[in-house]
Amino acid sequence: MLDREQVHKVAHLARLDLTPEEETAFTQQLSSILDYFEQLEELDTENVHPTTRAIEISNVTRPDTLRTMEDREKMLQEAPEQEGDFFRVPQILSTED
Amino acid sequence: MATAAPKKKATSTQYEAVIGLETHCQLNTETKIFSPVSTAFGTPPNTNISAICLGYPGVLPVLNEKVLEYAVKAGLALNCKIAPYSKFDRKQYFYPDLPKNYQISQYDLPIAEHGWLEIEVVEKPGDEPMRKKIGITRLHMEEDAGKLVHAGSDRLAGSTHSLVDFNRAGVPLLEIVSEPDIRTGAEAAEYGQELRRIMRYLGISDGNMQEGSLRCDVNISVRPVGQEEFGTKVEIKNMNSFSAIQKAIDYEIERQIKCLETGEKIAQETRLWEEGSQKTISMRSKEGSSDYRYFPEPDLPPIEVSVEQMNQWKGELPELPAQKRHRYEEELELSAYDARVLTDDREIAEYFESAIAQNANPKQVANWLMGDIAAYLNSEKLTIGEIALKPPILAELVNLIDQGTISGKIAKEILPELLTTAIDSLQKFVESKGMIQISDTGELEKIIDKILSENADKVEQFRNGKTKLQGFFVGQIMKETSGRADPKLTNQLLGKKLKG
Repeated sequence: MLDREQVHKVAHLARLDLTPEEETAFTQQLSSILDYFEQLEELDTENVHPTTRAIEISNVTRPDTLRTMEDREKMLQEAPEQEGDFFRVPQILSTED
Repeated sequence: MATAAPKKKATSTQYEAVIGLETHCQLNTETKIFSPVSTAFGTPPNTNISAICLGYPGVLPVLNEKVLEYAVKAGLALNCKIAPYSKFDRKQYFYPDLPKNYQISQYDLPIAEHGWLEIEVVEKPGDEPMRKKIGITRLHMEEDAGKLVHAGSDRLAGSTHSLVDFNRAGVPLLEIVSEPDIRTGAEAAEYGQELRRIMRYLGISDGNMQEGSLRCDVNISVRPVGQEEFGTKVEIKNMNSFSAIQKAIDYEIERQIKCLETGEKIAQETRLWEEGSQKTISMRSKEGSSDYRYFPEPDLPPIEVSVEQMNQWKGELPELPAQKRHRYEEELELSAYDARVLTDDREIAEYFESAIAQNANPKQVANWLMGDIAAYLNSEKLTIGEIALKPPILAELVNLIDQGTISGKIAKEILPELLTTAIDSLQKFVESKGMIQISDTGELEKIIDKILSENADKVEQFRNGKTKLQGFFVGQIMKETSGRADPKLTNQLLGKKLKG
């Protein structure tokens, strides 16, 4: 069961501005999703290692060699704002990380 | 006891600092950790960018194999256990220098853990060093963030907007976290230097603090000696030299002790070292610590380093600075000081070893390297590999002095030429210049006789008791031979002749 306070916190972490109505709606919806997942708790996972991957594959690496990449201009232009060689962002208000 | 010995005045509470360091070390790979674009420093803004490091949708990060190799080697060099199973995680936070809104890092299964390194702290020059093991909690791989330029102000406060350069975004980093085993600013500075030495010996990072390829954050608290639990922890950032680390810590210890003694509460916060005022200033409160919501990075499969692979990398490790220091002291009988100076730079250490491999006396080679040669490298801003004097010739120089072929004085005189001009054989060089020391009794006697006969009056005075004239005669002989007369033999023969 998820409470309103938790929804509020998650929304803040995701930088989402929710109206009180949305908070109420999401609290119910998210709670029911979590309740659904809780059915999994019926299973005995005593001897099951935590899963970190969906497919049995490991050690995928590439050689340390330079490759020509996509068009730089195009990548810069995709940004909402550009200034010379830089991406431009609005005033940063808080240094909180 | 009838007479009480003067007792030390009962002092107020003694305090000790508990310090841990978190170090970020840029790896000197060609390409970024997850994308095949350049890591070059100092290129125009946003030239080394790709859709992967900018976090465009639909891209697939792939781990650079060199980053894994370097991380494992660094872990081994720091005496860590290498994880048989390791993975990457997403660390989520919002900041404009982080294009994906998460940093790919390692959380609960870092590549290496539980290591240590040994530091040597010297209180005063000439003192025996105090050796101490500093524990390494963990070492992990992660990507660097971009760089911000704040417009309208050189600081964040007061700027109207900011500009982002993502050249650095995705440059590979090793984050190395120490145990809280450090107690003083000097120990912390030495820890940082030893870490940098190890990275440089491994050839995996240039460790340049000015360019930000080595960055140290300090966690520090103070407690009364004997107290079990830690005091309130403060983080200090923004030190860009080892001496700044030392000074920031010494300042912070004083500040926190003052707080404890006056009953002021120490805030759990991040403080910045200000080089100008030589103080730490409050940056932000750490209460309600960040929630990074780490979860396994689904785009990167886990890493399982095989025993064979690890053994191969282990076999490629060079002899490390601490091992060299111990060997120089024990096998070559050099002082702890000499061993420290010679091993500070791997190139110098290897030059030294290559010279003594030609049977030259280690102490003499060390003296030349640490004296005249070091002074020259310093003043000309050269590295040892850039001078014309190669190890075999330095070895020959030391050996020719040892055998009495040339005098130490002549050696010092010819050094400047040797530093700039490559030669094949020093023996031939000094012969051709007529610099061979005169050690032949007959030849020296002839010269001495000549000088004595030219200065008959002084010989008379000497024999009448003015014995300090011996120095005058030695000077004349040296002048006559352009300094080539063997000083010991000259004094011996001269003494005999003067007595008559």
